[in-house]
Amino acid sequence: MDPSSQATLQELRERVNAAHRNRAPLRLRGAGTKDFYAESPSAGELLDLRPYRGIVDYEPSELVITARCGTPLSVIDTLLADRGQFLAFEPPAFGGEPTIGGVIAAGLSGPRRPYAGAARDFVLGATLLSAEGEILRFGGQVMKNVAGFDVSRLLCGSLGILGVITEVSLKVLPRPRAEETLRFEMSAADAVTTFNRWSGQPLPLSAAAWCAGVAWVRLSGATAAVRAALERLGGERVDSTEATRWWNALRHHDHPIFSSNMLWRLSVPDTTPPLALPGEPLIDWGGALRWYAADHPDIRNVATAAGGTAVLWRGPAPDGTRFHPLQPAVATVHRRLKDRFDPHGIFNPGRLIAGL
Amino acid sequence: MSAPAPKTGPEHATRQAEVAAALRRVLPADCVLSRPEELRPYECDGLSVFRCKPMLVALPRTEQEVRDVLLTCRRLEVPVVARGAGTGLSGGATPHETGVLLSLARLNQILEIDPAARIARLQPGVRNLKVSEAAAPHGLYYAPDPSSQIACSIGGNVAENSGGVHCLKYGLTVHNVLGVRGLTVDGDLIELGGRAPDPSGLDLLALVIGSEGLLMVITEVTVKLIPRPPLARVVMASFADVQAAGNAVAAIIAAGIIPAGLEMMDRKATAAVEPFVQAGYDLAAEAILLAEADGTPEEVAEQITDIEAVLRSAGATAWVASNSETERLRYWSGRKNAFPAAGRISADYYCMDGTIPRKNLGAMLKAIEMMEERYALRCMNVFHAGDGNLHPLILFDANIPGEWERADQFGAEILELCVRLGGTITGEHGVGIEKINSMCVQFSDAERAAFFAVKAAFDPSGLLNPGKTIPTLARCAEYGKMHIHAGELPHPDLPRF
Repeated sequence: MDPSSQATLQELRERVNAAHRNRAPLRLRGAGTKDFYAESPSAGELLDLRPYRGIVDYEPSELVITARCGTPLSVIDTLLADRGQFLAFEPPAFGGEPTIGGVIAAGLSGPRRPYAGAARDFVLGATLLSAEGEILRFGGQVMKNVAGFDVSRLLCGSLGILGVITEVSLKVLPRPRAEETLRFEMSAADAVTTFNRWSGQPLPLSAAAWCAGVAWVRLSGATAAVRAALERLGGERVDSTEATRWWNALRHHDHPIFSSNMLWRLSVPDTTPPLALPGEPLIDWGGALRWYAADHPDIRNVATAAGGTAVLWRGPAPDGTRFHPLQPAVATVHRRLKDRFDPHGIFNPGRLIAGL
Repeated sequence: MSAPAPKTGPEHATRQAEVAAALRRVLPADCVLSRPEELRPYECDGLSVFRCKPMLVALPRTEQEVRDVLLTCRRLEVPVVARGAGTGLSGGATPHETGVLLSLARLNQILEIDPAARIARLQPGVRNLKVSEAAAPHGLYYAPDPSSQIACSIGGNVAENSGGVHCLKYGLTVHNVLGVRGLTVDGDLIELGGRAPDPSGLDLLALVIGSEGLLMVITEVTVKLIPRPPLARVVMASFADVQAAGNAVAAIIAAGIIPAGLEMMDRKATAAVEPFVQAGYDLAAEAILLAEADGTPEEVAEQITDIEAVLRSAGATAWVASNSETERLRYWSGRKNAFPAAGRISADYYCMDGTIPRKNLGAMLKAIEMMEERYALRCMNVFHAGDGNLHPLILFDANIPGEWERADQFGAEILELCVRLGGTITGEHGVGIEKINSMCVQFSDAERAAFFAVKAAFDPSGLLNPGKTIPTLARCAEYGKMHIHAGELPHPDLPRF
């Protein structure tokens, strides 16, 4: 490791050691593009993780990139693009310059998620700066690794409550050779059943969304496969500029629905018919993700009844919780994990679960 | 390293009678086994060098009965070792001498196949291959295909995070399981994941998959089914040296191709399997590469052309693409029969399971050759080349004094080299009891303490599969001393990833 990174890491350790000693909470933060994504308002002294940055290792033929937490996502995207590769889970940037540490700590994925996998599916390894100031390495830089519990995937989506993710190793994929987008006029109900049907067939689907009476379907893969699918599915071919604009708006939350003052994110089984809620949703993930830009007093019950969960994305939480409540036994495991990993509660208290 | 001798004293008999009586109060008589001849079939899993007779075997038929067994064991403080089909290769289901072996084999129902949702809901005892068979009428299948898929259970796959030959493109068990339902040792029902993606909270599902029975007992698994590709073809290529074959693998990936399968065998492996299966392997070649393309006919044709172009420039001495399903299966038959072939040319064999970054393949194979001389044992190499997962098969004869001990040390040295080359001691078989000492090489005391923290969060009593997977501080201290004593290793200051 270069001396300046070494020094930066040492500073982070000292901050964590002091916090642990003084039982003084820290607010772990990258670029802050996801500050809103929190159960309770952030408390504690800011620990800015952007200075600990840089690519540690990238070998295109191994399909793995390793980077320090403060590395901007855009730096990684550019580096990968130069070698014809990409992060297939399409993490959202929210119009800012998120860090890779923040991307993994939040564990959010874009439109490609149902077909390529979620953020956690691409995590191969992670390094954790623990409450005791130790550097712990979990997973590694290889595709197949079952030594010990999968703590690196546990950290993906942990919102920093178990420690500081200082380094991550991610699986990368070659960019598809061909990409095309098709548009179809249809109802939400028809879109859901159509997406389900096509997902069960050997088609190179890489995204399927619906908004305001229009279904959008993206095809990615070998040139011949995309060409054959285009002919089979019909619909209206969308030119590549417009297609890129549409999928980026979904991925980075740039679509108008995301500027609503009140926004709910419902995750449901992808076969769920249109829900009994007023207003039209934006549907993504082939039917599994539904955005509602209004408040509905009963929305959580509707999501639960459909076998899913509801997260209040933007706006004040009506029942006091933003994230979906956990089963009691699952909540117990969460509490015990937090107690063991962070006995004095110094890391992002309350960010993922109130009181934790 | 060997399992402790089974206890037979009067104390053991009293305890056995007490626990058996308690279990028979909650289970029908035929669901509790206690006679020595009934216990014997359970004394080992697929790694038969480790044997230990369990105190009792419980065979519950329902989730409620599983819960009753757990509550009974929790109350009486009896260790519980869960077992699926017993095909595991790391001794993860080796019984505990004073514990109950909890067989989930009778929970073997496919609860639901939903073709529209492309999911299957399964009890843990369902065999892996049966899932794909049940999904086949809908044009769907379950992707992870460990070589034991005809026998291994889906619950065991979850416990081990099993792989197979198609992981590079289709992922491991963790990428194909949507949710699990099960019980903690305290009898609390836990549901993790499910059909709705990315639920709130920590990703405990990822922790439980591959946890080798240490965290909870699974009673239901929901898996993802994917469309069966209409066509698959495999290219078989010959190389004059293994390094060139390794470079060809890297070149295929660098060309932006993700084959459905990418496997390598060295000359010792092809020489062993060819007389056995007549796959048509080039016995003059130092290494054989199998690269499979799947998808629509157009897609496969495009990929085969690309693969052949890379092989040509990467210095393959010969290559041929399968032109029929019969031919494809014949090319694969040698790879799929490598283990039985090892059994045919040697009294015993010991299969290793390390993973390394692909670029270090040449260095690894050279080192193994030197170890063959040093330990005076032969080793043939088959290799999931696409994802860097090695399966060296160390050949030995357990009846010759000292050979198993040498094979055991040979294996441990391979694993330590995997860690030094930036890899891991186990790619897909798990740690179990077999590789528990090697865990001391891969993980620091603080990292192992974090694993124990995870263990305690799910199982504060420590009754689930004790003594497996995560070595204690004391055990690693002891192992370190042994190693310094032998005058070789460890290398505590080397970077480990």
